[in-house]
Amino acid sequence: MTSARADAPPIVTGGLTKRFRRQIAVDRIDLEVPGGAVYGFLGPNGSGKTTTIRMLLGLISPTAGEISLLGSKMPGGARSVLRRIGSLVEGPAFHLYLSGRANLARLDAADRYSDPRTSKVRIDSALDRVGLLAAAEKRYRAYSLGMRQRLAIANSLLMPRDLLVLDEPTNGLDPQGTREVRHLISELARDGATVLVSSHLLAEVEQICSHVGVMYEGRLVAQGPLSELRADTVQTVRVDTDRTEDAARVLTELGLSEITSSPGYVTATLGDVAIEKIVPNLVNACVPVLGFAILRPSLEDVFVSLTGEGFDVSG
Amino acid sequence: MSAAEVLVVANPPRARLSTRFLRSELKIIFGRRRNIAGLGVLAVVPVILAVSVRVSSGSQGAGPDFIVGITGNGLFVAFAALALELPLFLPLAVSAISGDAVAGEANLGTLRYLLAIPAGRTRLLVIKYAAIVIFAVAATFLVALVGSIMGLALFGAGDMTLLSGTQTSLADGLWRLVLSSLYLAAGFSALGAIGLFVSTLTEQPIGATIAIVLVNVLMFVLNSIAQLDWLHPWLLTHWWTAFGDLLRDPIATESIQRGLVTALVYASVFWVAAWARLSTKDISS
Repeated sequence: MTSARADAPPIVTGGLTKRFRRQIAVDRIDLEVPGGAVYGFLGPNGSGKTTTIRMLLGLISPTAGEISLLGSKMPGGARSVLRRIGSLVEGPAFHLYLSGRANLARLDAADRYSDPRTSKVRIDSALDRVGLLAAAEKRYRAYSLGMRQRLAIANSLLMPRDLLVLDEPTNGLDPQGTREVRHLISELARDGATVLVSSHLLAEVEQICSHVGVMYEGRLVAQGPLSELRADTVQTVRVDTDRTEDAARVLTELGLSEITSSPGYVTATLGDVAIEKIVPNLVNACVPVLGFAILRPSLEDVFVSLTGEGFDVSG
Repeated sequence: MSAAEVLVVANPPRARLSTRFLRSELKIIFGRRRNIAGLGVLAVVPVILAVSVRVSSGSQGAGPDFIVGITGNGLFVAFAALALELPLFLPLAVSAISGDAVAGEANLGTLRYLLAIPAGRTRLLVIKYAAIVIFAVAATFLVALVGSIMGLALFGAGDMTLLSGTQTSLADGLWRLVLSSLYLAAGFSALGAIGLFVSTLTEQPIGATIAIVLVNVLMFVLNSIAQLDWLHPWLLTHWWTAFGDLLRDPIATESIQRGLVTALVYASVFWVAAWARLSTKDISS
């Protein structure tokens, strides 16, 4: 799918700010989501992710700053640009006494641009894509959380989209459902759409995202390709040996830091030392190397290092 | 490509002028069990009225002109039912629908998904108000229709004796009934606009409904305080009972006209107020 201005990134914000009474929920963030990316939007609870997403979709007006969505300024361009954007914000919401299909039909009917003649086929296709076709006639009231979530995802797929903004799409889904959503997102990205996924499930984000942005207390503390983010962080080296004191000595001489000895292995922070020098040096010092590994920090470690260990919501 | 994409490439999206959204809205309103039950209650009043007058016929009880006139011509059941349901039942029905209009969607959380389509905030209010007006007309005509049917069945048709004493044909009586229903529906539609505005102020539809009913009752109360008679012509409900003028010969149009103008002004002011509120509101529901 081509966008109106193919060169413009699908989402760009400049100094986007939202202040509620005395609290600054979103503090001058410069989001940039490249075209075709699967962008993981991360942050602790209360960090301003959902407020940002609501501003992107024109639901909340920013206190300051600019938003450009698919090349058009928001919220002014909402009417022309939102129909190319599918969204799932803060969970599913539908009429309780209508069936799943009727709910989608209702939202399709409210769309100025949708073709009524293809309505049934598009709805069925969206339901099929999320695995809800068999339960389509049941009342929404009778749906489980996972089914409700799937219906919300189906809603974002009623029309072909250039951009999808999905707030915790796998919430409440069973493992098969979670896997299907991951496949779905990859498929959509492959077809050319850009996907912004807000999630807490870092393991999942690691699997599907090409880029990440991390929010903390309203500020965007990190943004960029996932590989870059990880490369920026500290790499640790682990040497499995039974002569840990000798190994520790060699590593210190090489210039590694934060050397920690444990029974059976030694870990150290790599720093600027060339990786390929380590094992030869150990061997030359007659230290038996039983195992050697470079530990890449998981996204969870990166995330926690950026946002702090604290459990309390920031308010 | 997905099925959706194939279809859309073949039929490129363009804005269509269609009643789909309005029809969807009406389907929700008239399909909801609570609303069907409410309409049932509205319809039962003329039935009770007709049956009770029939059963007790013989004694000319005291009462409003309309009820006394029932035994003469069944159509008066409809007028009497409208007069009976005017202070509370019909306004309550309209309050429930209009209070639910925006607050109900906010409460469910469906408002954000409508606006993200985008359905358009102004367009949403236009459709919602159109649905409220249609409901007001439907409810009023329902009462009139059931009243007419019950009345004609139990008391028979024939010439009607109007309030001014003259006789007129059944067809003329029916015509006056239609006009009365339209006039009252206009008044209720104006109340519906107040309701739509209140609905944009809250996320609790029940709260909105109660507030609108209270506004309605307050207007009735103020209207009955003689010391405030300078205020009366400004009150929406003051003009509602003027539908009786449609049963005079000739039809006295002055009050009717002023009532319609008042309704139009109320409807315009409050719809614009609702629009101003919703256009700038942060949707966090």
